[in-house]
Amino acid sequence: MNEMLGAWYPYFVILAGGIVTYATRGFGVLLAGRLSPDSEIFHWVGCVALALMTALIARMIIVPMGILQDAPAAARISAGLLALIAFYAARRSVLVGCAVGVAALIALTLLLHTL
Amino acid sequence: MQRTGFDRPGQLRYRMDVAKTETDRPTPETPLSALAPYGSSTGALRGGFRDALGMPAFVLGASYLGFGSLVRESGFSLPMGLFSTLTGWALPGQVLLMEMLSLNSALFAICLAVALTNMRLLPMTVTMVPMLRSPGRPGWQYYLAATMVAVTAWVFTMRRAPSLPAQERMPYFVGFALTVWAASMIGTLAGFLLSASVPGVVSLGLVFLNPIYFLLMFAGDLANRAKVMAMIFGALAGPSLFYLDGDWSLLIAGLGGGTLAWLIDRMLKKRRPA
Repeated sequence: MNEMLGAWYPYFVILAGGIVTYATRGFGVLLAGRLSPDSEIFHWVGCVALALMTALIARMIIVPMGILQDAPAAARISAGLLALIAFYAARRSVLVGCAVGVAALIALTLLLHTL
Repeated sequence: MQRTGFDRPGQLRYRMDVAKTETDRPTPETPLSALAPYGSSTGALRGGFRDALGMPAFVLGASYLGFGSLVRESGFSLPMGLFSTLTGWALPGQVLLMEMLSLNSALFAICLAVALTNMRLLPMTVTMVPMLRSPGRPGWQYYLAATMVAVTAWVFTMRRAPSLPAQERMPYFVGFALTVWAASMIGTLAGFLLSASVPGVVSLGLVFLNPIYFLLMFAGDLANRAKVMAMIFGALAGPSLFYLDGDWSLLIAGLGGGTLAWLIDRMLKKRRPA
């Protein structure tokens, strides 16, 4: 499939992902009012989705692919921790936490690269 | 300024007070559910637009800055990034897809992982559609509106809709969701262009926005024992399984870690309710 579609392959995968994404919403309309959002199946789905996304986050911070490899591991991990501290200190403001995390990563990367 | 649906002057003043504050902080303090109906469908559409225009659109646009730069730094084009936000709008799935695509993961693994992360949209749609129902509205409209179900619009609509007459609820949701969706498109565009024009180390920071944003979103929602366990298992399994198998590691971490968390929580619940 990859070879056949060539440069169009990413579009194909993105569209496939879009169809899958819509399916979760479309089934929601179909099942509306007939399924309790408190059922065990949804608890399980919620746990799986959360574990999958934390796995991705941890991987992006600890063993990143691509550009994030340019930042030293120490910078990535401390910037993540600083973002968490700022988030709680600023009464759970995602904006403040993100700003501190990004600024810390840039500053620490510059600092560690010049040392 | 022309507004409809206000028969008492006091109501009008109240609305304008809220309108002034909602741009800087539309969080739980704003009693959206205490507001009056808009009086017409167009009014409700505009109301949704206004409620979304402040903080919600800003936060979503900012989080999509990270996605836009991730698209560029992973070697994909701007149209690909915009195509993703247009056809598969839901940030976790989009970041996951781009990451797995750049690793050349199998298509089946990508679709399964995207389905599992986005499965949380299903209960949201299940609870929101009955809220939007009004007599005489054709069924396809619900399927069309469902393309826009996402966390922010869901939270605001579920809070605002009970105080609106049935026929104003759908336009409110559409006005709100279209606005935050547009903000996401702008964020994708801006993130891509920004990443192309700033020094490398700043692009690095923009890409870092992706894991940090989700880290904080999840950290803010740790009230529940099963969720805490799912996060811990996922965080441990993600990086360690990656050394074993890049393609399937996220799926195994998600399915394994999530199922384990759910099972342990169930066992503990049976013994002693949480």
